[in-house]
Amino acid sequence: MQKFVRKAGLVAPMDRANVDTDLIIPKQFLKSIKRSGFGPNLFDELRYLDEGFPGQDCSQRPKNPDFVLNQPRYQGASVLLARANFGCGSSREHAPWALEDFGFRVVIAPSFADIFFNNAFKNGLLLITLSDEKVDQLFAELYAQEGYRLDIDLANQVINTPSGESIAFEVDAFRKYCLENGLDDIGITLEQADAIRTFEARHRASQPWLFRG
Amino acid sequence: MAAQTLYDKLWDSHLVSSRDDGTSLLYIDRQLLHEVTSPQAFEGLRLSGRKPWRLDANLATADHNVPTTLIERRAGVAGIQDDVSRIQVQTLDDNCDDFGIELYSINDLRQGIVHVVGPEQGATLPGMTVVCGDSHTSTHGAFAALSHGIGTSEVEHVLATQCLLQRKMKNMQVRVEGELGRGVTAKDIVLAVIGEIGTAGGTGYAIEFAGSAIRALSMEGRMTICNMAIEAGARVGLVAVDQTTIDYIGGRPFAPSAEQWEAAVAYWRGLVSDPGAHFDKVVELDASTIEPQVTWGTSPEMVVGISGQVPDPADAESDTRRRGIERALEYMGLSAGQAITDIRLDRVFIGSCTNSRIEDLREAARVAKGRRVASTVKQAMVVPGSGLVKKQAEKEGLDKVFIEAGFEWREPGCSMCLAMNADKLGAGEHCASTSNRNFEGRQGYGGRTHLVSPAMAAAAAIAGHFVDVREFDHTPAPQALSA
Ligand code: SF4
Repeated sequence: MQKFVRKAGLVAPMDRANVDTDLIIPKQFLKSIKRSGFGPNLFDELRYLDEGFPGQDCSQRPKNPDFVLNQPRYQGASVLLARANFGCGSSREHAPWALEDFGFRVVIAPSFADIFFNNAFKNGLLLITLSDEKVDQLFAELYAQEGYRLDIDLANQVINTPSGESIAFEVDAFRKYCLENGLDDIGITLEQADAIRTFEARHRASQPWLFRG
Repeated sequence: MAAQTLYDKLWDSHLVSSRDDGTSLLYIDRQLLHEVTSPQAFEGLRLSGRKPWRLDANLATADHNVPTTLIERRAGVAGIQDDVSRIQVQTLDDNCDDFGIELYSINDLRQGIVHVVGPEQGATLPGMTVVCGDSHTSTHGAFAALSHGIGTSEVEHVLATQCLLQRKMKNMQVRVEGELGRGVTAKDIVLAVIGEIGTAGGTGYAIEFAGSAIRALSMEGRMTICNMAIEAGARVGLVAVDQTTIDYIGGRPFAPSAEQWEAAVAYWRGLVSDPGAHFDKVVELDASTIEPQVTWGTSPEMVVGISGQVPDPADAESDTRRRGIERALEYMGLSAGQAITDIRLDRVFIGSCTNSRIEDLREAARVAKGRRVASTVKQAMVVPGSGLVKKQAEKEGLDKVFIEAGFEWREPGCSMCLAMNADKLGAGEHCASTSNRNFEGRQGYGGRTHLVSPAMAAAAAIAGHFVDVREFDHTPAPQALSA
């Protein structure tokens, strides 16, 4: 998992509620054997005018010019501004994988679905929950100003807007620690490698038949 | 020490550490891998430069995507027609090769559905923790092994650390006492249990199945029951160790060696809930009242006895429930009050990790012997759970019984349980299936699944509609078939 580095990120809008994981990454892409490479199929049904299938060269496909992520002003966005209940639906980890692969590091919304919330943090994606009013305000500022960037200061838990406003946000201490240090669950667990080894030795002594080598 | 449940004992004996918030690190003894949920986990290891913690704890086989026709199987992985499926299966082979993990590839005699293969090899042992990136990992609880279905990140976590992050669940006991009627099987017990407690009834619990009717079951039957614990919402199903458990394990490839056997058995005998152990919830069923079960809807809890009818939404106790029944009836193309025996079948599927073991095939063959699949049934297929089950069935002549009766005899895999390979239902088709999920589209787009036992599926194939298998004469015991 990569460390979360503070930088002012270009913001793109996803201006609809209840964006489900099927919309984020449709089911035909789950047959993939990769954790990476889902970026070109992020929001596949919205982004392209034809039906997508795995393994296709997406650069040749007809793009939907109306879809926000196809518009020049949002190229290179790393912050997604979204609406309520983002990430609802199935538990597929492919949803955060696709968002990250596309280049998003942060999603801001009034609320997120539970499983998506967990999966996102497991994969280094920072989700920020703000009030409806604040999200409305950010949408308005974003639409009014091309090249709108937000500075996400995780250490101090504030978002700095171009007009100089600082908006505080909450984040679970343990999750923040993981993000800042680029530690996934595995990294954290491996900090206990000695305890695991001690347990394993005891376990092997009492039930040697569980070990073949 | 206070009286403990079996689940408490298994939890305690694998606890490496606990955080204040209850998140605990559990040591994992066995990870089973298959082609669908493992590729990203292996890729994750590669990207982070990590190695598997303990190679000998892992065992892999391809099952979800593999074709089940001999023609496609002959050419091995290269013979898989569907490109994406072939790549998934090939990737499992490559990953196991690269990392040094034991694998039963597509044409290995030991290949099969991961939940059939583990126990068959003795790779699932009492007192173990077992995980797999598949929700039906609950199956392995039949051996008093604490078994969790997990997600892909967790597969990688277990590969890298030999541990799983978990919170302890609550304890539930499902007691089934008394004797089952003739023709009534483990599948009928578990469907009746799900009908009783609902698909969310076990959420947050580890369910221990107990009582004289459970004790009387073979290991195959116990696996069928634990397999579907997840369909009752419980990630973990368990049955305590007894002589039946121990007898099943003796002599299997991964079983303890002769020097360790006595010590292992002595340890295993303690894997039972102590008298007076506390269960947060207890559910009791009388085995003698259970009829052969058939699901009529799109959730496993939508189930009724063979003598019953499709329910009337008007009788539903709540609005949500009424709408659920209405939607299910519309999808299933059934009408309120219709007799279950009036449901006609287009296809019959005998297989899946619920019911594809030798005993299941024997039960189905007993019904099929000397009879013919109805001409109105387009396809009736039998898909053994593993190469070894297939071989044993052929040794007993069961394949001939099926083929003579008009069933197709296939190669092992998940097949029509989830239709990730070519075995699928067409839209609107009704299928008597021995699998575990009757969700919309599960067996093919628009397909209509009815969950039943192997004997009931065979009887339905012959009659062309659901019938009470108890009305079928049972021919002699299957062992006699091979003579
Ligand atoms: S047989 Fe069906 S339920 Fe079992 S592992 Fe395969 S797909 Fe899953």
